[in-house]
Amino acid sequence: MDNLHIDQHISQQFNSDLEHLRTHLLELGGMVEAQVVDAVKAIETADGNLAERVLQTEQEVDRREIALDRECTLILARRQPAASDLRLVLMVTKTTHDLERMGDEADKIAKMAIAINEDGGASPRGYVELRHIATNVIKMVNACLDAFARYDVAQAIKVVRDDALVDMEYRTALRELITYMMEDPRSITRVMNILWALRALERIGDHARNIAENVIYMVHGLDVRHIPIAEIENRLAAQIKNL
Amino acid sequence: MTTKRETTVGTPFVETPKLAVRDVNVFYGTKQAVFAVNLDIAKNQVIAMIGPSGCGKSTFLRCLNRMNDTIESCRVEGSIKLDGMDIYESKLDVVPLRARIGMVFQKPNPFPKSIFDNVAYGPKIHGLAGRRADLEEIVETSLRRAGLWDEVKDRLASPGTGLSGGQQQRLCIARSIAISPEVILMDEPCSALDPIATAKIEELIAELSQNFTIAIVTHSMQQAARVSDRTAYFHLGKLIEVNETQKVFTNPDHELTEAYITGRIG
Repeated sequence: MDNLHIDQHISQQFNSDLEHLRTHLLELGGMVEAQVVDAVKAIETADGNLAERVLQTEQEVDRREIALDRECTLILARRQPAASDLRLVLMVTKTTHDLERMGDEADKIAKMAIAINEDGGASPRGYVELRHIATNVIKMVNACLDAFARYDVAQAIKVVRDDALVDMEYRTALRELITYMMEDPRSITRVMNILWALRALERIGDHARNIAENVIYMVHGLDVRHIPIAEIENRLAAQIKNL
Repeated sequence: MTTKRETTVGTPFVETPKLAVRDVNVFYGTKQAVFAVNLDIAKNQVIAMIGPSGCGKSTFLRCLNRMNDTIESCRVEGSIKLDGMDIYESKLDVVPLRARIGMVFQKPNPFPKSIFDNVAYGPKIHGLAGRRADLEEIVETSLRRAGLWDEVKDRLASPGTGLSGGQQQRLCIARSIAISPEVILMDEPCSALDPIATAKIEELIAELSQNFTIAIVTHSMQQAARVSDRTAYFHLGKLIEVNETQKVFTNPDHELTEAYITGRIG
């Protein structure tokens, strides 16, 4: 099933309720994605103003999180959705939560950017790793939202797989940063800031993976949390064969 | 959503069926109403039959205790076995059959008799109670199991038709369980009842399913989701899908089931 046909209910109002839900989630997703991109840019360019803007967006993200939860509650109460409609609504409540948490992590990165800025600008230590991981994580964020918008399970699986890579890169970067700090203890404060930012990026990657898993659940009704990627692919293949 | 499939998807068969239905076709005159249905109804479980109006679910339900025999033009093909016994065998007497497979209808239809006599009627004609005391015990037990005893114990002699709609329906359920059937068929038992009375009947279904096999036809999908263990979806006389109820309502296998339960144009 590549399309959930949310525009085909007998009730036009239900069609429009679900369409709004989808649009509002994508809007929130776009907002959080921009937060992540800006936070990374702020840390790379030690741009305190940009970092402040990231922090300000947080309030709007929180407001939208609450509004989306309310929409889901109303749909559950008034429509008692079933099957793919139910899975869509459940997916939206969970994804809203993941997006809000991503926004929180972007805030942490922005705060590190402010700290680095106040500390006297950029230090080259750890930037290569940060840039590399950030590029991959931002791609994941974009891809998981895209997978939701297009009900694209193949793309969702790619995000799950990419998360494992990011986790590995994070561990490698961690080791390198520890080496820097051991070599030059005066750099500890700065490198720690980069390290916290890396940690936040790694968490953002985890949330992107959660969203991708939610997409798989929404499209195929298959709960793939806490399952190795090879097993996910086996189960999906078995399910598609049965249809 | 236009995929055509001839066989029922999901799990229509179980290991120990109470009722085993094979290749059942039902005709009204020349018009075929039910097409090649294969389905097992598991012992002490609740199975819900859902589907749009005219999909054959009520016709199918009525085959299960030969209620269609009363309709002149109706013809049933195939086999339906109750614990391995063919219920359409020509020599079979339908009266004891219907004692084993009871039925509750859409509109409560108590006899124009007292509450006591409504429940006592079945046991009397089937000779289940020799003495008055036995009969009284059956009536009390049945009314208790139907959750009606406390409301009527002081007025057993008043007419059954004087009760409220929900009470009447529970009286009919008490009447059907008084003769200890093995299977209870319910044809939209709550469609004429308010939400409170409906909730009471649903609670009753859950309790009864511990001792009885129940097949229920309902137009309320929420009701099917609430009360049944398995759900069968009928569409244009065909049995499209049978699955565990939790599967049907979260992730059905067939597009037509999905379209129906989510209120889409099928």
